[in-house]
Amino acid sequence: METRIEINCTTGKITEHELTQAELDQRETDRVAYEMEQANKEAEQAAKAAARAELLARLGITEEEAELLK
Amino acid sequence: MATTFTLISTITVGSGGAATISFTSIPSTYTDLCLKVSARTNYAASVNDGLQIYFNGLTTNLTTRELYGTGSAAGSGTDTVNKIGYMTAINATTNTFGNGEIYIPNYTSSNYKSSSGDGVSESNATGAFMAMNANLWSSTDAITSITLKSANAGSQVFQQYSTASLYGILKA
Repeated sequence: METRIEINCTTGKITEHELTQAELDQRETDRVAYEMEQANKEAEQAAKAAARAELLARLGITEEEAELLK
Repeated sequence: MATTFTLISTITVGSGGAATISFTSIPSTYTDLCLKVSARTNYAASVNDGLQIYFNGLTTNLTTRELYGTGSAAGSGTDTVNKIGYMTAINATTNTFGNGEIYIPNYTSSNYKSSSGDGVSESNATGAFMAMNANLWSSTDAITSITLKSANAGSQVFQQYSTASLYGILKA
């Protein structure tokens, strides 16, 4: 059973609670959203890399030569 | 310039792990808050996991602007959460923990609450996800509680020995 940990900053008391069904449902929603966000980041990076490779090919230079231009 | 930087409370996760870490009944006697986190989750799909934060138990009206780096690429983005960058996940080097910090100024004011966070999935390896976040919680309520969770929630939990420490700052 999953739990959450909580500290009362006034009393210093630490308690652990089992997650409710609503909390479990929210966690699943969050998981899906995070995986979509990560997939979007990876797709964005892949698109940038592909565009760079295409440009270098059109220019007829290598990655190492492109670095020299920086 | 802070005149005091006082530890309010600290939590260390026990052997069973924890889905979330919360600080409740936060005293309103400080000017700003600062939260420092050392964390690792059991997220198995990657070597890193996002670290999210929300206030007063509410996960709405949150936005963030993020600058991130992966070790080989960099980028930026927006999201409808508040974040403290990244932390380490279970496939990273054993016994390594990510670390992060968030600063929350004027947490009792009636203005919207901005905060700045940064976190990195330290793993003693070549690549590491890191991010800086400019967060906004569009609420006029005073912050009385703070909750931390894995961005990739699902069944993921903070692993044993993850710690979070909340500090109160008084300004002159």
